[in-house]
Amino acid sequence: MILKQKNYHKTFIYLAISLVIFFILNVSLGSVFIPLKQIIIALFDGKIENEAWKTIVLNYRLPKAITAIIVGSGLSISGLLMQTLFRNPLAGPFVLGISSGASLGVAILILGASFLGINTLAFAFSNWGLALAASLGSFLVLSAVLLAAIKVRNTMSILIIGLMFGSLTAALISVLAYFSSASQLQQYLFWSFGSLGNLSWKEIGALFTIFCLGVFLVIFIIKPLNSLLLGENYAKSLGVNIKLTRNITLISTSLLTGVITAFSGPIAFIGLAVPHLTKLLFKTSNHKILIPAVAISGAIIMLICDSIAQLPNSEYTLPINAITSLFGAPIIIWLLIRKRKIY
Amino acid sequence: MTASNKHIIKTSNLTIGYSTKKKVTTIASNLNINLEAGNLVCLLGENGIGKSTLLRTLTKVQPALNGAIFIEETNLKDLSNLDLSKKLSLVLTEKLPESSLTVFELVALGRQPYTNWIGQLSTKDVEIIQLALKQTNTLHLTNAKYYELSDGQLQKVLIARALAQNTSIIILDEPTAHLDIHHTIETFTLLKELATKFGKTIIISTHEINLALQLADELWLMTSQGLTSGKTSKLIETNQLNSLFNSELIHFDKSLKQFTISKSK
Repeated sequence: MILKQKNYHKTFIYLAISLVIFFILNVSLGSVFIPLKQIIIALFDGKIENEAWKTIVLNYRLPKAITAIIVGSGLSISGLLMQTLFRNPLAGPFVLGISSGASLGVAILILGASFLGINTLAFAFSNWGLALAASLGSFLVLSAVLLAAIKVRNTMSILIIGLMFGSLTAALISVLAYFSSASQLQQYLFWSFGSLGNLSWKEIGALFTIFCLGVFLVIFIIKPLNSLLLGENYAKSLGVNIKLTRNITLISTSLLTGVITAFSGPIAFIGLAVPHLTKLLFKTSNHKILIPAVAISGAIIMLICDSIAQLPNSEYTLPINAITSLFGAPIIIWLLIRKRKIY
Repeated sequence: MTASNKHIIKTSNLTIGYSTKKKVTTIASNLNINLEAGNLVCLLGENGIGKSTLLRTLTKVQPALNGAIFIEETNLKDLSNLDLSKKLSLVLTEKLPESSLTVFELVALGRQPYTNWIGQLSTKDVEIIQLALKQTNTLHLTNAKYYELSDGQLQKVLIARALAQNTSIIILDEPTAHLDIHHTIETFTLLKELATKFGKTIIISTHEINLALQLADELWLMTSQGLTSGKTSKLIETNQLNSLFNSELIHFDKSLKQFTISKSK
């Protein structure tokens, strides 16, 4: 009997190459045309003919591409964790209301500033304030959904409860919006469109630090996540500390979703669609393979979405949230129709 | 029975049931079990009498309301999940959540209590997994996805997973509920073989009374009066089985060693 040890190295190499290609493509597209050769020179900080080009590449396009990578990876990992924890293929940070929780945190900070008074406004504009508020918001909603999930075993009910929490937070945001000034409203609205640009290197540093922290936590729950594939009772009988696993998943998901949503706005469908596409590509449920695979695939897809949002060679940039929905929703529908089961 | 004979499972005045903040529902009380290693035990009883509750309590899925359980002479309360996972493995009736686990990966999960923090399988682990697949006659399915299997094959693979966990006790909740008679008998004889050849202690809750009577070393009869346990032959001899069903429709025929429909008078 020969054990067919699946070799995933090849697929990983293809993915890594695609990541590099789409990264360069993403950096080379934009409202100003810059020759590819010049971009590569600029990236390696060589002598470039045009100083303006160098500024565009290093201070605008490169940070945006890196943000796209972090956002795509983080949201996809969150989605995968949710799908395993809730034993539900349709779970994801957006569906379960976790992104809405982050939005609520941000809305309270931006729109509620007038209630809370004075200095919150200055705090709100610091991105750390946004990150904190969003993480707290997502943590709150995720805990609530999880509490409900412990009581309600039916996966369909859990999804509906998640949707209800999403509606609740949306309603609260509407109430806040009603009492806010036009300028606050505008600020919140622009944030909610989602944007990968506008991040300074310092902010990317903050985003990256928390991203690493979230992913670091995930590494320790790879083994219990695999046993959760058999359901909670089997996992427990295999010696898994369910409570601890659940808490670590909770914390890392809210960190990832919260901080990403704070810096880039609520971005739909990446967390839901990417894990499914990755499972389709790798045909495995093993988290040791899936987590890095999902991270790379998420980064690639986010880079592609951002390249499309750029509307190459035009001055317009579409809201990234619209592009990810246009990409993600049909994929989920297609998956549901094409395969009777999705894992 | 000598004093040195270790009881692999022992309960003293065990009360099982559910407790919520509002009320306590007792399913059965004063359960005393003394089970020796290497036996195949069948737990019999009417629907809703509390077989699953008893198994859930013995496996620490739910807490006992009263009394104590000893697994290999250690109080269940003092065993961590990880300790218990090396003594006792499960085959449950619940449907597995959807995933694309292969048969090998599914059985390999049984090695989790022994693998390192990231779940790396050693050569020894792989050998144990392959042995478990061989013992359950499922080696040819190694690379199949678990959702491609028939109910009978899946049941054998789940038993292989429990074997890979390398525990002295295996507890199965209605393992043959969805199987035809051929696969039911196949599963029962496999479990009997594991008990006699490898000294495993196997506890099965089942409604297959006729098979249980032929194969089980010991029976646990659960009735509204409580639990009667004993060697199968002895329970047949003393006509204890007759009390299993509180019904005038059937009775236990001692000479035929099976339940028959009562003739209307």
